[in-house]
Amino acid sequence: MKLTKDQLMAALFLAPSLLLIAIFVYGFIGWTGWVSVSNWNSLMPDMSFAGLKNYLYLFGDYRFQAGIRNTIFFTVLFILSVIVLGLSLAILLDQTKKGNAVFRNIFLFPMALSFVVTGVVWQWLLHPSTGFNRFLQVFGIQPKWYTDTNILAGFQWGSIEFGLPVAIIAVVIAAVWQMTGFSLAMYVAGLTGIDEELREAARIDGATEFQIYRKVILPMLTPITMSVIIIMAHISLKIFDLIYAMTGSGANFVTDVPGVYMFETTFRGNYYANGAAIAMIMLILVAVFIVPYLIHSRRGTS
Amino acid sequence: MAIRRIIKYAVLIILALFFLTPIYVMLITSVKPLSEVSLSEMWSLPSAIDFSSYSEAFTQLAPNMMNSLYLVIPATLLSAILGAMNGYVLSKWRFKGSEVIFTMILFGMFIPYQSILIPLIQFLNSINLYNSLGGLIFTHVVYGLPITTLMFRNFYANIPESMIEAAKVDGASFVKIFRLIILPLSITGFVVVAIWQFTNIWNEFLFAVTITNNNTQPVMVALQNLSGSQIVQWNVQMAGALLAALPTLLVYIFLGKYFVRGLLAGSVKG
Repeated sequence: MKLTKDQLMAALFLAPSLLLIAIFVYGFIGWTGWVSVSNWNSLMPDMSFAGLKNYLYLFGDYRFQAGIRNTIFFTVLFILSVIVLGLSLAILLDQTKKGNAVFRNIFLFPMALSFVVTGVVWQWLLHPSTGFNRFLQVFGIQPKWYTDTNILAGFQWGSIEFGLPVAIIAVVIAAVWQMTGFSLAMYVAGLTGIDEELREAARIDGATEFQIYRKVILPMLTPITMSVIIIMAHISLKIFDLIYAMTGSGANFVTDVPGVYMFETTFRGNYYANGAAIAMIMLILVAVFIVPYLIHSRRGTS
Repeated sequence: MAIRRIIKYAVLIILALFFLTPIYVMLITSVKPLSEVSLSEMWSLPSAIDFSSYSEAFTQLAPNMMNSLYLVIPATLLSAILGAMNGYVLSKWRFKGSEVIFTMILFGMFIPYQSILIPLIQFLNSINLYNSLGGLIFTHVVYGLPITTLMFRNFYANIPESMIEAAKVDGASFVKIFRLIILPLSITGFVVVAIWQFTNIWNEFLFAVTITNNNTQPVMVALQNLSGSQIVQWNVQMAGALLAALPTLLVYIFLGKYFVRGLLAGSVKG
């Protein structure tokens, strides 16, 4: 097949980016995978084959197990809160037309901030001896927030106590404050897309406002909820900056996550092979969510 | 009905106040004189406005804000231009396998960057770009490609096919159509992509903290160092956080509409 001049130009337009993605995404993932099965756990690179030694080390490691536990609870609480709060706000704004641009802007602006800024501010707002505790002490409650080392409903699992780490709730609050705007914007866009005639028809059939939301509108928002879950899941599985800026790994690793562990063990401790193994596990966790989503949503649009 | 409306607005107002709380604390703390900065007086207004914490935070952060500026401008421009080129081909010159290629590009947007960080640093080291702004610019251009390609592809998908066909019939070439039809229609697209990239690169932390050192650090790394330091006062931290957040906040306040469009475009479907 002979290429036309236009086809050749199209190939030239695409080539630099494709080359960059091939090397710096796929090539480098392969390279990291290789480092993760090597013996490179000091400053001097040592690429001799170590098998699954680094992975086995991690699975038995207290800090890594704690990080996985924290990630699970963080992800579930974070996604649930972002969806419930975002959807509730979107519906409230849908019903109160007046002034809702102002409210929307207020709920959305944290999205424009850096996780580092969020971390710096919230570490003070949820500081055990100031911030919100100044109000809560009126009611006699003094949560220890991110300094709390308790694990709720815990049971022994591997070398850690598996259960809800109380300290992670403080980080969830900060993350929800920052990211609710995303689900709100998605739901507002979804609600705007729903035909007014549809609601009118339901009203004529005698449905109450509540029934219209539950039976007509919510089912139509399901694809949006799916997108929000996937996008929030990948953000929460690889979270690093918020935790690093707000709490660090915490006493007894109650707020540690794999992203922080990877950074510290690789670049502060020079355990490159261990760091690479953590990174590969993070990648697999994200891919489990993202790959089916990408294939599914691409199929829908082409 | 009136009571219901009042309840709805009450809920909205309470939540809005909660969302604004961090800004309130940042603002009042950053203008407090040092003597009034204490754990028990976090919520009280300052007795007098004192800007000394801003001048201290500014002295510390100004060089890093300049680094961020030198980083953000070229990285945003380059990734937007490459994204426009890719988006044009992938929307208007589709070929067998172009959908698969597009999906493979998109995957790069979701990976945890930890999974490419070790090779990336070895690579930047080998070409003498480690610990440099140049290396960080390059990094943001490469890993910004998936999102800019996605945004431009979805943007161009809305340009009617008939316009391209008509131009082809008139004998216009691939490049000519891009230059004379697509680019003039791309202004909104460039604004949305540029705002998105500007915000993300300004706010980014992982690449910044691993690829740069003291002299080349962008502002978010400097802010993290400022807040992690035991000797820096709390009012200075708050002033620093506001200063570091100011550029993206201003963009949001004045161009929020485009920011939200970028946000929605990031969810793959367009």
